[in-house]
Amino acid sequence: MARRIIAAADGAHADHALLEVEDLRTHFLTPAGRVRAVDGVSFELARGRTLGIVGESGSGKTVLARSIMGLLPRSNVQRTGAIRYSGNDISDYSQAEMRSVWGPEMAMVFQDPMTSLNPVMRIGTQITESLRYHLDMSKAEANELAVSLLRSVGIPEPDKRLRDYPHQLSGGMRQRVVIAIALACGPKLLFADEPTTALDVTVQAQILNLLDTQQRERFMAMVLVTHDLGVIAGRAHDIAVMYAGRIVEKASARTLFSSMRMPYTEALLESIPKLEHRSHTRLASIPGRPPDLINPPAGCKFAPRCRYVQPRCLEEEPPLTPGVDEGHVYRCFYPVGTEAGREALARNLAEGRVPVADEVETGVVVGGPAPGADLDEGSW
Amino acid sequence: MPETFDLQHADAENAVLPHAPADDTGGHVRKRWGAGFWLSALWLVVICGLSILAPYLPFIDEPGAFPDFSVETLAGPSADHPFGVNKNGDDVFSQVVNGGRTSLFIGLSVVISGFIVGGAVGVTGGFFRGRVDRVISAVLDVFLAFPALVLALALIGIVTGGDANLPVVILALSLLSVAPLARITRGATLAVAEREYVLAAHTLGAKRTRIIVKEILPNVIPPMAAFALTVIAVVIVAEGALAFLGLSVSSPAPTWGKLISEGRAELENHGHWALFPAGTMFLTILSLNYVGDVLQSRFTVREGAL
Repeated sequence: MARRIIAAADGAHADHALLEVEDLRTHFLTPAGRVRAVDGVSFELARGRTLGIVGESGSGKTVLARSIMGLLPRSNVQRTGAIRYSGNDISDYSQAEMRSVWGPEMAMVFQDPMTSLNPVMRIGTQITESLRYHLDMSKAEANELAVSLLRSVGIPEPDKRLRDYPHQLSGGMRQRVVIAIALACGPKLLFADEPTTALDVTVQAQILNLLDTQQRERFMAMVLVTHDLGVIAGRAHDIAVMYAGRIVEKASARTLFSSMRMPYTEALLESIPKLEHRSHTRLASIPGRPPDLINPPAGCKFAPRCRYVQPRCLEEEPPLTPGVDEGHVYRCFYPVGTEAGREALARNLAEGRVPVADEVETGVVVGGPAPGADLDEGSW
Repeated sequence: MPETFDLQHADAENAVLPHAPADDTGGHVRKRWGAGFWLSALWLVVICGLSILAPYLPFIDEPGAFPDFSVETLAGPSADHPFGVNKNGDDVFSQVVNGGRTSLFIGLSVVISGFIVGGAVGVTGGFFRGRVDRVISAVLDVFLAFPALVLALALIGIVTGGDANLPVVILALSLLSVAPLARITRGATLAVAEREYVLAAHTLGAKRTRIIVKEILPNVIPPMAAFALTVIAVVIVAEGALAFLGLSVSSPAPTWGKLISEGRAELENHGHWALFPAGTMFLTILSLNYVGDVLQSRFTVREGAL
């Protein structure tokens, strides 16, 4: 059964991008002013590809995903720009028109499996509902497919689990159910909005691998939203780094990790704790916080927190500049790993102008003058 | 690593280890309903059972079945008349049961009709938000601004000219209950509508009516049903207040409020006329509130417990 749906979905043009987003802007009109949550984002995504969207809280990544899916609040929102899905502009679709897109075309896996399942409905019903509605299946057919879906997302004894309520499952199992529900109608585009943030670390890898496998097997396009570069390393084909509602760097995953240009990307990467760090190494963080989206600073939005910042950055907004590798773009005048960047950093260090960052590496011995302290750094 | 430097670790171990096994109770503690809950529930079952079956029970006497008693001679509780007999020659116990029949019927009818109307209004406002909600909230605010009892008096007075009957009392109290019930349902709906599973259903293409029926209502109705019990208690008290003002159901049907009101005149000499109905009413309302509270705390969905 599942085969048939996937096969039917395969008709789309694999060469042509499945999703094209062009200059998408989502602004919330609040009493305090216009919040530019997403401010001019463009990208393309083809079937079978995974795009990772990375950024810290408030960078607009979730709003971006919801804007594309048409899941914004009805009032006080302004969305402009084009969203083309298999060639059709869906940006002006009504809710009723979107209803035919949701499910069989696009689906979403939410962040918290504790709240994204209805507590008073059996798991089986939650899965079969959309099957029966969209694919017009009989109850028996839908149940059969639900069992195979649950099996494919790695739930043991799926036929018994169908009769369970969400509270009878663990967080990881629930997220598997959420994924099964999202996959039920065989979407061609799957949004995963921080799908592992609410889960134990031990389960995170399993869920990510599951998403990865499903994405490949079903030849879906996937948008994986996360705040953790580590999560998408090795799982996304392309990575877009978002900051203050814009894409500040975009490249294939390989390029991004090997030759990132944007200081923000570098800072994000440095803030991932590493196993080879000695225990009790101080965690690196990015100083300051994301800019006010109502009155964003002139110039580069990241400038106030940037180690490479130069006077020019505060006045002029860097455009998206193409890098050496194909598809690599970034917004920086003094990119990491270039001569200009090195000079800028050296100048800032010499003049003591670097924003007060927490040290990335603390070789500092906290033990002080105590006897034996020299042997013992890091044990505190 | 020198021993002296491991002090912290050693301390931590000493502090934690002995406690660790004690913390492990080997399974979760079962939530208990408690004796209070069962006593209250039992009381409610007895009261409801008697009220429903009253016409068929042999020991429930007609009003005025014992005209031989007069104010001078009649006695308090006895084996034949556990709650005694009153000046009209009624068996007080039978009257209390019959009164409960009316009082509970009023309570239930008011809550059901109030919830049908108020609940629909509340769910509409809470789910659709925006302009619809603003209008609904404004109207509810106006209704809530009226002093309830005065409004009830006015309604009954205007409709019946002082001679209230059962439907009018129910109608008046129902009207009064709509606004508070709508408001509390709206709140519950707002909370549920914000949940991700509602958004998830939406992203699967579910229509609004389907979302309301399948996702919202099943999550809103249980806590509302628990709340309804406490509302029944309020309604019974409100009926009592109306009875004191002589605006409750007209004779011959007794209600608890009317029985208390009638017995009040003889409180000094024949306390049992008023005290037995009052005690019954008190215990019933206490039980309704207690059971309602316990159920409400059970049905309130806590994120952590999900």
